[in-house]
Amino acid sequence: MSFGVRQFRVEMKMKTMSNKSRSGLMSAAMMAILLSAGAAFANTPGLPIRATEVATQWDALYNFLVGLSVFFFILVVGAMLYFVKEYRAKPGVKTKYIADHHLLEGLWTFIPFVLLMVIFVWGYAVYDKMISAPSNAMEIRVIGKQWLWQFQYDDGRSTINEVYVPVNQPVKLVMTSTDVLHSFFIPNFRVKQDVVPGMYSSVWFEATVPGKHQVFCTEYCGAAHSQMLAQVIALDSEDWENWKRGKKILAEGIRKAGEAAAVQSDKTVASAAAAIPATHPQLTLVEQGKAQFQAKGCIACHTPDGSSRGGMGPTLKGVFGSHSEMINGAKVVADENYIRESIENPTAKIKKGFNPVMPTFKGQVSATEMNALIAYIKSLK
Amino acid sequence: MAHTAVAHGDNYLNHSHGMMSWLKTLDHKRIGLMYLFTVLGYFLIGGLFALLIRLELMFPGQTLIDPNTYNKVFTYHGAIMVFMVIIPAIPAALGNFVLPMMLGAKDVAFPRLNLASYYIYVFGALFATSALFFGGADTGWTFYTPYSIRTSGAVISVIFGAFIMGFSSILTGLNFIVTIHKLRAPGLSWARLPLFIWASYATSIIQILATPVLAITLLLLIFERVFQVGIFDPKIGGDPVLFQHFFWFYSHPAVYIMILPPMGVISEVIPVFSRKPIFGYKAIAYSSFGIALIAFVVWGHHLFVSGQGELANFVFSLLTMLVAVPTGVKVFSWVGTMYKGSIRLNAPMLYALGFLQLFTIGGLTGVFLATLAIDVHLTDTYFVIAHFHYVMVGGALMGLLAGMHYWFPKMTGKMYLEKGARISFWWILAGFNITFFPQFIVGAQGMPRRYHDYLPEFSTLNLLSTVGSWFLAIGFFWAAINLWRSLKLGEKAGDNPWNALTLEWQSPSPPPHENFLVEPVVTTWPYEYKAEAGLTPVRPW
Repeated sequence: MSFGVRQFRVEMKMKTMSNKSRSGLMSAAMMAILLSAGAAFANTPGLPIRATEVATQWDALYNFLVGLSVFFFILVVGAMLYFVKEYRAKPGVKTKYIADHHLLEGLWTFIPFVLLMVIFVWGYAVYDKMISAPSNAMEIRVIGKQWLWQFQYDDGRSTINEVYVPVNQPVKLVMTSTDVLHSFFIPNFRVKQDVVPGMYSSVWFEATVPGKHQVFCTEYCGAAHSQMLAQVIALDSEDWENWKRGKKILAEGIRKAGEAAAVQSDKTVASAAAAIPATHPQLTLVEQGKAQFQAKGCIACHTPDGSSRGGMGPTLKGVFGSHSEMINGAKVVADENYIRESIENPTAKIKKGFNPVMPTFKGQVSATEMNALIAYIKSLK
Repeated sequence: MAHTAVAHGDNYLNHSHGMMSWLKTLDHKRIGLMYLFTVLGYFLIGGLFALLIRLELMFPGQTLIDPNTYNKVFTYHGAIMVFMVIIPAIPAALGNFVLPMMLGAKDVAFPRLNLASYYIYVFGALFATSALFFGGADTGWTFYTPYSIRTSGAVISVIFGAFIMGFSSILTGLNFIVTIHKLRAPGLSWARLPLFIWASYATSIIQILATPVLAITLLLLIFERVFQVGIFDPKIGGDPVLFQHFFWFYSHPAVYIMILPPMGVISEVIPVFSRKPIFGYKAIAYSSFGIALIAFVVWGHHLFVSGQGELANFVFSLLTMLVAVPTGVKVFSWVGTMYKGSIRLNAPMLYALGFLQLFTIGGLTGVFLATLAIDVHLTDTYFVIAHFHYVMVGGALMGLLAGMHYWFPKMTGKMYLEKGARISFWWILAGFNITFFPQFIVGAQGMPRRYHDYLPEFSTLNLLSTVGSWFLAIGFFWAAINLWRSLKLGEKAGDNPWNALTLEWQSPSPPPHENFLVEPVVTTWPYEYKAEAGLTPVRPW
């Protein structure tokens, strides 16, 4: 990340322009436009590097707001200082009795209102991109716990505090916590999402810059909150193939990528190789889920192939993502949260045509097992 | 003017004597001063905690205190500053002293209730403070669940203290509303009310409508901690995000409990020191109510990344944008008031102008955080810390200092020492900006809040921020010592040293026990400043 004080200098420059009074206002407005335009092709001074398309759009809006703020700051504080200088009390000078001016008041109500609505719409448009994961996004499961991040991949591997992703491919993180609130924040991608116990939330990104990208926990979670750090390691296509095969040559690749993106110091790059699990586990995540499905006895009532078990429990074939009606008439989409609730609190929502006979599995399925089970159920198409 | 008959020398300070005459007083002026001293005492404690936070963050790694202690320190800093300092500071301390006098009343509507409110506040504050000696609390002042349910320590003491102090806030709000309705002097129609009164009225409405929600929320939290009733902790069937909704349903309006009263102070100070009518009286009065109204429907902007849903985010972002409109109207009107005025830069005016500078930055950065996409990156980083300190300290405390200096002559009968007041102002203004401006930058770079340790990339700006906090501390101490010395060394103030038109100045300084020697009759609005009538302008030094 390109941390530094360059943003500060830009703002200071703008402030000094205020001395040139009226022309300063114009320049500040121009600066706002220039900064927004400039956002299209270079990293923004004072902000973390831009490593996604969303980050580029974020920076454009941010720079627009900075420019607008500088303009209004100069307008308000400039006018204030000018009045202090110009209208300082002098003996014998009488003041002008002005109590209001309806046109002026109308304008300074209306113009900010219009500007704010523009900002709102712009902000929503970028936000919409931020949270709408493409349907082809690769899923990685994230478990936050005091005080580490665990990642589970489709191939069954799992890593701690380092998550490996390909560049130029959308990745969706499906996240939960096993204890208190956490929040997954990747400054270089300009995204953040709270990680909540008892529920799944998600965040997505498509890294465009290979290398290491810092992750912070941004929801206060206790003693080691500030140590709950992780790295997103974005790999170019060659390195991604290597990672998939569990090869060790990654370190060299990351170093190259790291230099290209000017991220992080050498010592953190060097330590990355050691954490990579060199050997594959025997089972993929779906296979692990299938094993759990057998081991926990789910198969006694739920079939994976669409056949009926005499009405004891609905088949799980094609259930993920489907819409179904509950006995109370409510319509439910079977997403991660629904599946989890159905396992931990099965009587909460009963599918129409079935009885509330399933026992609870609360406390009997770990967070990692839950992710495997959901991956398995998801695979039953 | 009403003070021609001042001769017999009886005032509220010497009307009765002894400790008990203060502790059992029903005089709103004495109760106001008791609030003020208690608030300032807690401000000192909260401020020392703040200095400790900055010292720990001076360098990366552990500098002074371990993470567990640090977490308690920032919890106390936040809880003390919010519940014990800023919420009561202007409404209860200055408001108690000034509001009845501005109305031309002898006291508030319910003087006994007023004293009870003070003791409830003190009791709640002591209850919360007692946690310090029983293991402390490390939840942050927001008490987010499920952490606050599971962590050890005296969390309940702090929560219950805040619960108790809430009643004080409700009762003061109620008292003020009735006072404003029933005890206005003859001729003081609604259209002639000083803007400080309008701001206090809007604040009181928020206090009585929003505070009960906090009370219920805190009670539920205590129930969950003590009896394991599953409300907010998913482990026992609760919903942690529900707590955030409840908490911010109060705590967002509470932000306006903190900022509307200083806005009222600024609306008084600027016309007096510009010798001009306030610009846009109606717009400023209505905007207070506009802000109070919108305050109730924007709480969800604290939850943009909580997973509350896209539709909720859409609505809350839109509504939050609207807050900026009446806020902007106020700021523009204050600056407009100075146009073609006859401006005197006495300390109250300096603090008011300081308020304008800091609050403008606080307000503008609020727009950043209201913008959905922008908030996703900035929320829970130091950008947010900087933003709300610009509003709460830059706004609320600057307003408090403006008010304390403005009404000091009325409260004490003596002028404060102008030179010291001005020096302290510059220290505070510079110190504040050095402390908090770098936090915007370090936050935009990604440094999360509530961090005991940080990456080396953030070092320079954190060091700068810490050095700034010393400037700020020097400024506050200087202001306090200066006011203390003014009690002894200050010149006799006279009844109306600022030549102001609001009613509190039409009474002797310090005011008599029942405020006015003759009942005031109001014939004009309070901003009828027509000219520099025979006043010698203060020389800028």
